[in-house]
Amino acid sequence: MKGMIPAVLALADGTVFRGYGFGAPSLRPSVGEVVFNTSMYGYQEILTDPSYAGQIMCFTYPHIGNVGCNDDDVESGRVFVDGVVVREVSAITSNFRARRSLGEYLRNAGVTGIGGIDTRAVTTHLRSHGAQMGALFAGDRIGVDDLVSMARAAGSMEGKDYVKAVTCAKPYAWNELPWDLARGIQEVPFESLVTRPHVVAVDCGIKRHILRLLVDVGFRVTVVPASTSADGIRALRPDGVFLSNGPGDPATLDYVVEPARALLGTVPFFGICLGHQILGQAVGGKTFKLKFGHRGGNHPVKDLATGKVEITVQNHGFAVDQGSLPNNVVVSHLNLNDGTVEGLAVPELRAFSVQYHPEASPGPHDSRYLFERFYQAVVGDQVHV
Amino acid sequence: MPKRSDISSILLIGSGPIVIGQACEFDYSGTQAIKALKEEGFRVILINSNPATIMTDPEFADVTYIEPITADYVESIIAKERPDAVLPTMGGQTALNIALELDERGVFARYGCALIGATVDAIKTAEDRELFRQAMEEIGLASARSGVARSVRDAEAIAEKIGYPLILRPSRTLGGTGGGIVEHPQELIQKVSQALSASPNREVLIEQSLIGWKEIELEVMRDLKDNVVIVCAIENFDPMGVHTGDSITVAPIQTLTDKEYQLLRNAAIAIIRRIGVETGGSNVQFALNPNTGDIIVIEMNPRVSRSSALASKATGFPIAKIAAKLAVGYTLDEITNDITKETPACFEPSIDYVVVKIPRFNFEKFPLAETTLGTQMKSVGEVLSFGRTFSEALQKAICSMELGSAGFDREQWARDLGRDEVLEECRLPRAERLWYLGEALRAGNSVAALNKTTGIDPWFLSTIQSIIEEEEGLRERPLSSIEGDEARSLKQRGFSDARLATLLRCREAEVRERRRALGVLPSFKSVDTCAAEFEAFTPYLYANYDDHNDAPPTERRKIMILGSGPNRIGQGIEFDYCCVHAVQALRADGYEAIMVNCNPETVSTDYDISDRLYFEPLTLESVLAIVERERPHGVIIQFGGQTPLKLAADLAAAGVPIIGTSVEAIDIAEDRERFSALVKKLGLRQPEGALARSVDEAVAAARTIGFPLMIRPSFVLGGRAMRVVTTEAELRSYMQESVSVSHDRPVLLDRYLTNAIEVDVDAIRDGTTSLVAGVMEHVERAGVHSGDSSCCMPPHTLSDAVVAELKRQACLLAESLGVRGLLNVQFAVQGGKEIYLIEANPRASRTVPFVSKASGIPWAKVAARVMAGKSFGELGISSLAGSGPKNPPYYSIKACVFPFAKFRGFDPLLGPEMRSTGEVMGIDTSFAGGYARAELAGGVQLPLSGGAFVSVNDGDKEEVVPVARRLAELGFSLYATAGTAAFLTSHGVSVSTIQKVREGSPHVIDLLGSGKISLVINTPEGHGTFLDSRSIRLVANELRIPIFTTVAAVAAAAESIALLRVPHERTVVSLQEYHSRLG
Repeated sequence: MKGMIPAVLALADGTVFRGYGFGAPSLRPSVGEVVFNTSMYGYQEILTDPSYAGQIMCFTYPHIGNVGCNDDDVESGRVFVDGVVVREVSAITSNFRARRSLGEYLRNAGVTGIGGIDTRAVTTHLRSHGAQMGALFAGDRIGVDDLVSMARAAGSMEGKDYVKAVTCAKPYAWNELPWDLARGIQEVPFESLVTRPHVVAVDCGIKRHILRLLVDVGFRVTVVPASTSADGIRALRPDGVFLSNGPGDPATLDYVVEPARALLGTVPFFGICLGHQILGQAVGGKTFKLKFGHRGGNHPVKDLATGKVEITVQNHGFAVDQGSLPNNVVVSHLNLNDGTVEGLAVPELRAFSVQYHPEASPGPHDSRYLFERFYQAVVGDQVHV
Repeated sequence: MPKRSDISSILLIGSGPIVIGQACEFDYSGTQAIKALKEEGFRVILINSNPATIMTDPEFADVTYIEPITADYVESIIAKERPDAVLPTMGGQTALNIALELDERGVFARYGCALIGATVDAIKTAEDRELFRQAMEEIGLASARSGVARSVRDAEAIAEKIGYPLILRPSRTLGGTGGGIVEHPQELIQKVSQALSASPNREVLIEQSLIGWKEIELEVMRDLKDNVVIVCAIENFDPMGVHTGDSITVAPIQTLTDKEYQLLRNAAIAIIRRIGVETGGSNVQFALNPNTGDIIVIEMNPRVSRSSALASKATGFPIAKIAAKLAVGYTLDEITNDITKETPACFEPSIDYVVVKIPRFNFEKFPLAETTLGTQMKSVGEVLSFGRTFSEALQKAICSMELGSAGFDREQWARDLGRDEVLEECRLPRAERLWYLGEALRAGNSVAALNKTTGIDPWFLSTIQSIIEEEEGLRERPLSSIEGDEARSLKQRGFSDARLATLLRCREAEVRERRRALGVLPSFKSVDTCAAEFEAFTPYLYANYDDHNDAPPTERRKIMILGSGPNRIGQGIEFDYCCVHAVQALRADGYEAIMVNCNPETVSTDYDISDRLYFEPLTLESVLAIVERERPHGVIIQFGGQTPLKLAADLAAAGVPIIGTSVEAIDIAEDRERFSALVKKLGLRQPEGALARSVDEAVAAARTIGFPLMIRPSFVLGGRAMRVVTTEAELRSYMQESVSVSHDRPVLLDRYLTNAIEVDVDAIRDGTTSLVAGVMEHVERAGVHSGDSSCCMPPHTLSDAVVAELKRQACLLAESLGVRGLLNVQFAVQGGKEIYLIEANPRASRTVPFVSKASGIPWAKVAARVMAGKSFGELGISSLAGSGPKNPPYYSIKACVFPFAKFRGFDPLLGPEMRSTGEVMGIDTSFAGGYARAELAGGVQLPLSGGAFVSVNDGDKEEVVPVARRLAELGFSLYATAGTAAFLTSHGVSVSTIQKVREGSPHVIDLLGSGKISLVINTPEGHGTFLDSRSIRLVANELRIPIFTTVAAVAAAAESIALLRVPHERTVVSLQEYHSRLG
């Protein structure tokens, strides 16, 4: 196409997709696990979700960039995906909250995208052949064969710890509230938070909307690095511990699992996504890699206690192996599409977790009640004491 | 939750005739619902007065009543059948209104019958504007500032409070009939009065105008466990102010972020919960301020709707089917997604394409009617198209419209106007606005200026701008300069071969050849509900120019059926009915049936009707691409009306294996000169006629043939521009003003057969033997378009000898044309014995479903099998050869419904140009009984007493005397203006004389307004209608006084009135019972 830089997405199995580059120029190839997300809305939140570190994101919805990017719809301080694959990059942005185009946003973030790709072809390929590594490059300095080799050399997501790369350097407190149409994102003065029950959120790549909902439901929140020891967490005198979402293979995270195991039972625990997999391991379970993962905003999950179904937001390539869980662990939620574990609870330890994303952002808000459940668990604990 | 065990039989209420605002989407949903309920083992009872529906096929429901959908009839059916439950959410507003009425009468309580799908409270809260507003307030959602007016005085007070502009929405009307926008205080009184009279309960909501806001719709489903899913979110291309049925719409939403979308989603869920729809689907409409994101709830429909049909087709999620299952107790997680087979229906579809719906209008049939679009729906059909990009979907949708447009190709419009004028053309929403937008951009207007003028989102406009820019870059380039990448990119953006040919100044076939040489061919992708996350098992496909192909063709023996495209007056549900029957018959015979169509309202585009569904425009380009991919053994073009016929010659030339009657035979029938030669050879008689290629030729021909003359352009659909002319002056004015005549486009002149009875004969031939499926005697005299005439099967006045001769002639024509399949022949019978052949159509005609219902034989299925090679013998019907089945021991009457109420200012006259949108059927043991049922089903409540106003033209005076006498005998007081009164009096009929309008008050209009008149007989006085005549019809129409514009129709009505006046018990007899009485 006229005036566009040809770009290539090469998969480890040798499959090659050709399109044009957008966003930041490729200084070097972007290499990562190529995954697809079926959400039709919310690309900016997806791009800034730290759980996508190490991944190249293929959007199944063909028009991406229509509403541009703004300052509020971010889940972290930066873009975390390593590359973006889309069918059609919008030529213009049209939304009253837009501040810049997607292209400009990615350019500022130093992330390269490839447009003009038959993303359905990529998706069906990943669906039938499984998730795999890929290399994306815009320009002609690097040959296709070299890109395939690079993708192959990257191995697999299995065994990779991306948490170290995305967790915060030091603890910090949080005071933002969830986004609101009229007011945008507001802050609660820190001084008014001091009397609230205190949650320590272990940051494995935490999304801001989780923190915002924790504040919104009534907590004081302190975020700590993933490597914080049990003593380190204890020292903060938490009333509850939250285990966050994050990227990579959960089996590589003993340094997060061990402190969690040590603290379980002392205060209520709530985990989301990677945090759920960490909790699962802390109570004795194991995780495994799914063929191509769940990424989107439309997966039905059944709450086995109520029989009700929630339309959930999902973003995970690994799952907790139901068979590996000890008897005291209750499987509380199941995915209705493939029957995988979506939630677990250990009542005696006052711990529960979900594989999916109740904070949504992007996606349906059906599961936000879980934050209230966590709050009740924590508050109930205090009443008991 | 498993299905309810406390109910075993369910009455489903259909939506009745096709009208604007309530069309064949309700056949689609009702058919799905019946299938779903039968699958669950329920005994299903159906009432629907519309014989052209698939749902009324006798094998669908256990018991089928083709009866008027009124509370009386439904109550009689309930009393007879004693269903355990009534499902009112599949039959549009008609069914909901009936459910409320039955509830008010205490019918449900009396018969211990449960209302399922929606509760009375839910229906009332959703339907009653004020209750709805309060409900929204309770859950913290804003609705437009508004007030309910029951009088003009109320309205003035409310308008004072809200300010102008404001919107009128009469309550409980279909498609917003009688609604509108009031810009200035001066217009208030008149528009409010109209709105009040359109509302059955005399109630109008007056609300703040949200013109320029975005309009967005969400399709929501909820089950008994309170699981809620959003099936589809639809963004209107046209901003608020245009009825959503008249808006171009796009799915999914293109211009909202997730945060904004989730606010709508949360609101929609809160609304379905608050309104209390516990089981089923609802449609929620929002207005969204594009500058602030503020949301206002517009309305909620607690039932399946046109939008839910659209959403089902757009996503592959069968809303009606699932709503039916929810209504009987299942929950969403217990129902499997048919397309993926492994995942449950409890999810929200994700789509990886863009769909665009464009409404289709028929304003050309209603000259003088207001053509600006507003809150009252005026479109008669729609197309849906799929593309990987908005640009592709939009341009495919344009090609699907069958308006002779292959893209943004109305350059002439802009050329005639200046830059500013073409921009100004875009200001008011009209049917052609989409093309004007393109031309406004071509003329140099900016996206920003256009956005300011129209309120249409810049995102949509900029797509059109890129299309226009691309076009201008292509203009005058040689085809050979287009290489592979550019060709692919153009096709990916939806440029049709035909449009590219115009721009590149070559022929469409050359563009196709070039593409083929370059290897730029379409691929086909699945509509799979899940954006390819799971494997799809249902081949529901659309074409695009990306690489990946889903659902490769099979090796089976396959037949492809070309559908009928968007509904329009003259080509509607009847043709889809035939296509569906063809698919069913061929599947039953072991063929793989492949359906091609682009109309989202239809049953034929339901994914489980055919083996493979291609949702594609019915253009040469698209059809050839599918044929090339599938390599079918046969292609059927006989069932889709004019749409596939227009392609016949080109398809045949391209070597496509068309089965059934040859293209050559079709051409003979369509070509007047060739047909006349055939008729002459067969010794049959046609009305004297001529072809004229200029005004002089026409005048000369008229002098030979004599007046009155029937005149029409050649090759027209539904009698477009057809007219009866009585004088040379009229002829000249028609030739000069109404048609463009040229050597290639002559006009046809025929002697107009005064007072002749018109007859439709449907015949069928298996290649060697012919038989007559049905003979229908029209009620209105020849000259009224056959699609607008009531008719009776079997004939009730024609002699056996004449009927036998009509059958002989029809069979003779079938044989000599070499028909294989269906043939419709129209005759006129003058003086009870002179037979004239009017025309022959060697294809399925709109009478086929009616004939099938009346005769108990599914003729379209027979025709499909015959086309695939079966003989009558093999089908076990050789005994019917020749004259066809014996006359049934009952009369079936078809009546038509007209959209005059929607086209204010249009004279509600019948004529040679078809204007009806739908049909109903009444069956009874007498003609009069059947006619009464048909009239009632069509919305005409025949009066049993009162005053009859008679005013007829001179030609009709003789004929009206016995009718007037009959009405007087029945106790009607007769009124007439001087001329008619004198004539009647001189023939011994007593009548009161009333003054014409120009003679001063009290005049006829005053009389109509006085409430004394319950029936109007008014026949037109030549084409240049006199003021009185026209205004009488307009006023009667406005006041909803039954009006008859032909003497024949009122004669039939008088017989029905006589019958109805005799006290009698209302009987209801099912179609299955009637069919069991056939010999």
